[in-house]
Amino acid sequence: MSDDWPLFEVFIRSRAGLEHKHVGSVHAADARMAIEHARDVYTRRQEGVSIWVVRSADISASDPEEAEALFEPARDKVYRHPTFYVIPEEVKNL
Amino acid sequence: MSAAFPGGNDRAQHEAQLRYVLRLADTALVLGQRLSAWIGHAPALEEDLGLANLALDLIGQARLLLAYAGELEGRGRDEDALAFLRDAPEFANLTLAEQPNGDFGHTLVRQWLIDTWQLEIYQGLTTSRDTRLAAIAAKALKETRYHHRFSSGWLARLGDGTEESHARVQGALDELWRFTAELFTPDEIDERMHAAGIAPALPELALGWSARVDQDLAVATLRRPATQPYPWHGKRGVHSEHLGHLLGEMQHLQRTYPGAQW
Repeated sequence: MSDDWPLFEVFIRSRAGLEHKHVGSVHAADARMAIEHARDVYTRRQEGVSIWVVRSADISASDPEEAEALFEPARDKVYRHPTFYVIPEEVKNL
Repeated sequence: MSAAFPGGNDRAQHEAQLRYVLRLADTALVLGQRLSAWIGHAPALEEDLGLANLALDLIGQARLLLAYAGELEGRGRDEDALAFLRDAPEFANLTLAEQPNGDFGHTLVRQWLIDTWQLEIYQGLTTSRDTRLAAIAAKALKETRYHHRFSSGWLARLGDGTEESHARVQGALDELWRFTAELFTPDEIDERMHAAGIAPALPELALGWSARVDQDLAVATLRRPATQPYPWHGKRGVHSEHLGHLLGEMQHLQRTYPGAQW
């Protein structure tokens, strides 16, 4: 039966103030059922205070084949990290 | 302890209170046991966990209530002794709770009928003069709200699903409906508890229940069966033939190896 059900990605907020994090996926016939399944599968040990679900099919993902083109150009741009810059002695509390 | 017995030291009152708590406890226990039989057999892994969670909630409610009943009884029986060493005529669960699982839709219809009943009962008990019972009801009410969300969701999905799923849940509803007369038909124990401020008035709760049931059935495109007056008497210890088999399985280990622990 679950093979007929679409896959939903599950995001859980573990505590108020924190962001929702991806924790896994569930099969479900609809969004309401997906939330119930996520609740039953992923929050049994008080892991969460809020749940998001989204159909896996609705997520657009980057293509692993394009990983070089997408991510390698950032590799030699170390000046984008704040640690690249030397902070003058005179500057306190930055 | 006397604060827990607003009826004072009236013996009949005390006995009625014990019976009343056992009714709540046994309904939760027997339904929890029934649901547990789905573990490993539900139509999907996620539903397997879902039903197991409901069962665990119900057995948790039963433990709290049985422990309290054991104290009220005052004969040294704890929740395990009450669960595993009583015979069917001593069980006071609603007859509906002991009905067999049938197919998934049948189980869900039974669940939904008891969820809607528990919603009313537990809500009413939160203001009970018996503070212990009120505290247990407040905890159970939160769990029951989720149970109802779960079961009414499935009722709508199956009722308003395919031709076959609709026919199956309508069939289950038609078959199980005859047990609903027991849910809100008060007997002298219910009336005594209500008079003492311990329990809500069943005829009043029936109105809220009926409205909720109609609402859920409308969403699920299901037809409410005609009211059948024949009241079953599970809560008075007169059960259908199914309870004995259920207890045989549930109590097998403790009956065969008394006091076994693991």
